[in-house]
Amino acid sequence: MRLVLHVWRQSGPGSPGKMVRYDHAHVDEHMSFLEMLDVLNEELIHKGDEPIHFEHDCREGICGCCGFVVNGVAHGPEPKTTVCQLHMRHFKDGDELFIEPFRATAFPILKDLVVDRSAFDRIVQSGGFISVATGSAIDANALPIRKENADLSMDAASCIGCGACVAACPNASASLFTSAKMSHLNLLPQGRVEAIERARGMVQQMNEENFGNCTNIGECEAVCPKGIKLENIARMNRDYIASLLKERPSEGTTAGAG
Amino acid sequence: MPDVLTPPATSAKLNSRLPEGPIQDQWSETKFKMKLVNPANKRKYTVIVVGSGLAGGAAAATLGELGYNVKCFTSLDTPRRAHSIAAQGGINAAKNYQNDGDSVFRLFYDTVKGGDYRARESNVYRLAEVSVNIIDQCVAQGVPFAREYGGQLSNRSFGGAQVSRTFYARGQTGQQLLIGAYQALMRQVAAGAVKMYSRTEMLDVIVVDGRARGIVTRNLVTGAIETHMADVVILGTGGYGNVFYLSTNAKGSNVTAGWRSYKRGAFFGNPCFTQIHPTCIPVSGDYQSKLTLMSESLRNDGRIWVPKNKGDNRSPDQIPESDRDYYLERRYPAFGNLVPRDVASRAAKAECDRGLGVGKTGLGVYLDFADSIRRLGRNKIEERYGNLFEMYDRITGEDPYTVPMRIYPAVHYTMGGVWVDYHLMSTIPGLFVGGEANFSDHGANRLGASALMQGLADGYFVLPYTIGNFLADHRPDGLTDQCPEAAEAVANVKDTTKRLMSLNGKHTVDELHRQLGKVMWEYCGMARNDAGLRKAISEIQGIREEFWKSVKVVGSDQDLNHTLEKAGRVADFMELGELMCRDALMREESCGGHFREEYQTPEGEAQRNDEAFSFAAAWEFKGVNVEPELHKEALKFDYVKPSQRSYK
Repeated sequence: MRLVLHVWRQSGPGSPGKMVRYDHAHVDEHMSFLEMLDVLNEELIHKGDEPIHFEHDCREGICGCCGFVVNGVAHGPEPKTTVCQLHMRHFKDGDELFIEPFRATAFPILKDLVVDRSAFDRIVQSGGFISVATGSAIDANALPIRKENADLSMDAASCIGCGACVAACPNASASLFTSAKMSHLNLLPQGRVEAIERARGMVQQMNEENFGNCTNIGECEAVCPKGIKLENIARMNRDYIASLLKERPSEGTTAGAG
Repeated sequence: MPDVLTPPATSAKLNSRLPEGPIQDQWSETKFKMKLVNPANKRKYTVIVVGSGLAGGAAAATLGELGYNVKCFTSLDTPRRAHSIAAQGGINAAKNYQNDGDSVFRLFYDTVKGGDYRARESNVYRLAEVSVNIIDQCVAQGVPFAREYGGQLSNRSFGGAQVSRTFYARGQTGQQLLIGAYQALMRQVAAGAVKMYSRTEMLDVIVVDGRARGIVTRNLVTGAIETHMADVVILGTGGYGNVFYLSTNAKGSNVTAGWRSYKRGAFFGNPCFTQIHPTCIPVSGDYQSKLTLMSESLRNDGRIWVPKNKGDNRSPDQIPESDRDYYLERRYPAFGNLVPRDVASRAAKAECDRGLGVGKTGLGVYLDFADSIRRLGRNKIEERYGNLFEMYDRITGEDPYTVPMRIYPAVHYTMGGVWVDYHLMSTIPGLFVGGEANFSDHGANRLGASALMQGLADGYFVLPYTIGNFLADHRPDGLTDQCPEAAEAVANVKDTTKRLMSLNGKHTVDELHRQLGKVMWEYCGMARNDAGLRKAISEIQGIREEFWKSVKVVGSDQDLNHTLEKAGRVADFMELGELMCRDALMREESCGGHFREEYQTPEGEAQRNDEAFSFAAAWEFKGVNVEPELHKEALKFDYVKPSQRSYK
């Protein structure tokens, strides 16, 4: 089938970008979306043009590298599907597709569809861990954990850190990502120990990174390829409010520093 | 070719540093004898860790906790995306929580046997021993392993093991373990103990006075070529399955760090040992960029078949039973569809080679659940395999509840890698290698759920000790990059980059990579033979020549350029592929994942030749287009006596 693509091309950070039109005549319904772009890129290279840069690695929907916006929707039209797992059979001959990078102040564009998501790393550095050094662990079965909590924790931990939630949010909030990380740990007894400091550290960092605030719109949950739920944000807010009530001057400086 | 028929004796150039004494005490004794670095002095040492997956990430975090000054490098945008993330099944550990007779010794025994007696007993025992600590550590970090209603950890049996020793987090065990290591790493970054270099690729190792003292990197965003000096360098850079172009590896997985170390003097161990997984989704067209693994558990309830007659293009539900060949059930009546990975893979290839393959490309066989659905009901099948069926449907657009799945084998894991001694140090002193990037623990074949175990064992519990021992003997000396060796390495990297940018030929990197992959798959894949391997070597040389004459890299080397990155990696695969073929040609026996057609039992099983080939091969680089030199490390089996497997 043939497609008309309009792709955001930007040569580097800070340089102006624009939508460029490509008529793609060699699309097979069994291709993944990224393979469709691979084929176009091979044609561009033969012409001496630079290929469209997009991030990708595992192409199995687990590494979280890939992600861009297709016709206004992060990761494209299929629910719970990363763009690497989106196949062309969901499109039809003659379709016109607009492909843009994840847009957010906190995600500066590096090139074409590639954005810098290192803000997520800094949020995790601010408390998204359990302070346990290698070798100091107790026997794994010495601490029984309610199955329900373990399952909810796992639900939250399945976040792949792709950033679609930020791209979809009109406020460019990172609340779904941050709260998923927090829920993963705070739901477990071994993570509960630092839950309050974690909430304070991570939320503060999220704000410093210029992500917007959550206003309960829910676009994030709708585009999340892993089905991360909004209830995580409620859980985060509860722990964050608790952290504000419990804050003491001496704690303020150590929050989240491990 | 080197003379291989002499009984193996360990080459003088290889010192495995294997400990003495009863195997149960070897690691404890080794740890006790190790020299220690004074806590106050640790921060004076710089440790470079290349790679941030299970092995690299765990090592970097732990060494940071210990107080060393750590620099960690990843070519990805964040350590959380390392390819360890894609592992599905689980991680083995000899916890014996199920009280079903597991023990450290049994896990050790199973691993040596599973590796078809081509791994070191001492290494494997240590792996089994620390496996129990891994689970404790991961749970403490918050890894949400599956649990029972009583709150205890859940286990399952995996890959034909007779005990339930596999811990798992749904189908995302690799992801969860990686996130655990990543969290520990981020904690050390916040504490200032680890400095993280993302989107930075190692392109050479700096060897000064015979010792690894740093690396040369390229900043993938700005193109800047930089040096980083250190007291010790660790590689945790993963496997090289992408030499086949199509594999289950992530697109960015590459051999570059290990290969460039090889060219600086690190011997390469058992390069031909690759694992091929029988149940992957088949190639659908020329544009195919990678292959997706489907869990092996599908073979428990699926029946594998091909049409009896060539050119039978009827849709599978229109082909009556009498026109179907359930070839595994026919050839292996006792094991049927559950024969081991390599046997199932080779059998599928044989059917397709006979022209009976199914699907558009003819490279596929049916995996049919119709009988099981009739017998157990759709609900039961959905409960067991629902997520896998959904994944298959998503990729192929076919519903496996009504149409048989099509499957085909694919390259999955590489047991070979940089040769290391018991301390995980390569033949370049000061260069250590962990995880899939080294060759050490799996012999000729890896057991399911053991890759994650090895990566974390090396990273959390082995390297932190052996690195300290090494550093205690090598005081910081303030070496900077103002030495001729660093300048030479930088010049080498810049030259290669310039050369790649200047060729501007007619072939894209992917086109040439695909050609290489086809040759590797055809002649150095599931089944190998003398004539084929010789042919492959000459064809690879031709493709490599073509690559360096006519590859086309567009764009600039001063900014983000995926084509340039890929070109550098493929250039290394072009050389590695030849070494793999040489290794496969040299090893005139079949063992584990290495199947030489000339060496098989009458039943078609792999036939080892323990007398001549009970050794690990360690190849020494002698120059591009020059034959490498083979060194042998003799393998001794004091605890697990080699035997021949049978599926009759």
